[in-house]
Amino acid sequence: MDIIITYGLTKKFGDLTAVNNLSFNVKKGEIFGFLGPNGAGKTTTIKMLTTLLNPTSGTATIAGFDIIKQRDEVRKNIGVVFQEPALDVELTGKENLEYHARMYGLSRDKRKKRINDVLELVNLWDKRDVLVKNYSGGMKRRLEIARGLMHYPVVLFLDEPTLGLDAQTRRAIWAYIKKMNKEEGTTIFLTTHYMEEAEYLCNRVGIIDYGKLLVIDDISNLKNSVGKDVITLSCTDADRFVKILENEKWVEKIKRHEGLVTFGVEKGDEKIPEIIEIARKQDIKIKSISVRKPTLDDVFLSYTGRTIRDEEGQVSSKGRLSLRFRGGR
Amino acid sequence: MRTNELQAIYIMWLRQMKRFLRFKTRLATMVIQPLFFFLLLGSGFRQAVMPGLEGGYIDFLAPGIVAMAILFSSMFTGVSVLWDKQFGFLQEVLVAPVSRFSIIIGRTIGGATTALIQGFIILFIAIILGIKISSGAGLILTIVFMLLLSFTAVGFGLIIASKMNDFQSFSLIMNLIIMPLLFLSSAFFPVTQDKTLQTIAYFNPLFYMIDGLRGSLIGKSNVFPPLIDLIVVCIICIIMLTLGSYLFSKSEV
Repeated sequence: MDIIITYGLTKKFGDLTAVNNLSFNVKKGEIFGFLGPNGAGKTTTIKMLTTLLNPTSGTATIAGFDIIKQRDEVRKNIGVVFQEPALDVELTGKENLEYHARMYGLSRDKRKKRINDVLELVNLWDKRDVLVKNYSGGMKRRLEIARGLMHYPVVLFLDEPTLGLDAQTRRAIWAYIKKMNKEEGTTIFLTTHYMEEAEYLCNRVGIIDYGKLLVIDDISNLKNSVGKDVITLSCTDADRFVKILENEKWVEKIKRHEGLVTFGVEKGDEKIPEIIEIARKQDIKIKSISVRKPTLDDVFLSYTGRTIRDEEGQVSSKGRLSLRFRGGR
Repeated sequence: MRTNELQAIYIMWLRQMKRFLRFKTRLATMVIQPLFFFLLLGSGFRQAVMPGLEGGYIDFLAPGIVAMAILFSSMFTGVSVLWDKQFGFLQEVLVAPVSRFSIIIGRTIGGATTALIQGFIILFIAIILGIKISSGAGLILTIVFMLLLSFTAVGFGLIIASKMNDFQSFSLIMNLIIMPLLFLSSAFFPVTQDKTLQTIAYFNPLFYMIDGLRGSLIGKSNVFPPLIDLIVVCIICIIMLTLGSYLFSKSEV
């Protein structure tokens, strides 16, 4: 059963089309990832799906309810963890959860039990009476995830759940996400620009760039589409070499990127001598060559001609979001 | 109204009370500032004789200071939506299955409660210092005025918060709009001593609130009968709250 269905979802801000005609489905019980660089339209999509922004055109249904016409029903069925922290830092962890529980109309017994449950789930029971302003970044994130689960949502939206967290905390958050997906059967819709995150967590991903959905599929299918193995090499006279390799029928999806040539092959280890042989005959010098299993970054590269890491580099070099990238890598 | 909405209003109110009581320094500044005005102006102008001033200056000043305390505190509540916006908490509020109307009611009642507490502290101190209250009925009417003033100021704060995105503009508004309005409202000195002052005051919403407060609490030095003030204040209050709620409900995160 499809729990989220979007029909030509579009959002324009003036001349800028932030989200362009998205149509996709998310299945019940899966962890679905929306993968794309910063500014691709991920957050705008989440804001529309969670009724915080009105689409310019198109619509979507969540658990059968229309996001424009049945906002209240949609809101009851979803939990959201926003990209920016959305906690009252002058209340304690427990008080933040109580606030949430009342806003969602949980009865007294349910409230009490549920607060205990979710605090246990994210290991914050000991810290329940500490003011949130004294929490670390990771603790805040965990509290928000706990809060998103309080009212038994059918779908939980996570917008960049591990942004700006260190590697260790990120691992822990991933574990919690997997756990609640398994234990509570919550469908999870998450956005990320971390490839490892999508690869580790998601069953299916959609790749979004400049507001457009480029592809949506199981992760294994996406990786197979680039080839069984990926070979990356640098060489002299790369233009000519690419032309030569393009004529070989075992070379798939060849791309040039930052002076490197990347392409997919089957049985990469066995192809390396062959490639070197071709290069030698043409008097081209190979400076380095490597073979590896394909990653989502290769998938992204094959669809857009760039890697998500480039995007990150550009954004952080502008200094705008540099703080967010301090941890994790 | 569904119980769900009542729950939401209650918890929004509770949140504000907790924040209010938890931070003693903030609470202290908000009480101490009007108290300074009261004690310093009160002792400085104790002997002053001005046209339009009947009885002692302390009696005249007390309602003005009570109004000032409520005004500042309520505006702060309205504008604190801006804080919630900045800290992202507003998203959590807006994504809940609760109508925008209840959200505004909850915040307004919360703001009014904290403002009234501060107003009463000032009033209590004023009474200890020996101001003469007109009557029991006058005191009840005073509380009505305090409530209306508070609602109006929360509404005004909401308007500001919906229209701006930073705190600098807030202090600009406080200094360039609220302070002059306060000085021209007869809070600190009678406006009847000068024709121009008086004409300006008639266009100042705050004037009716303070005049009404003074008429009901002290029963002296007021320009209009309190009931006339009450009608004007009610109209202003409804306009401000409606406009504030409308703009808030239109604002997107």
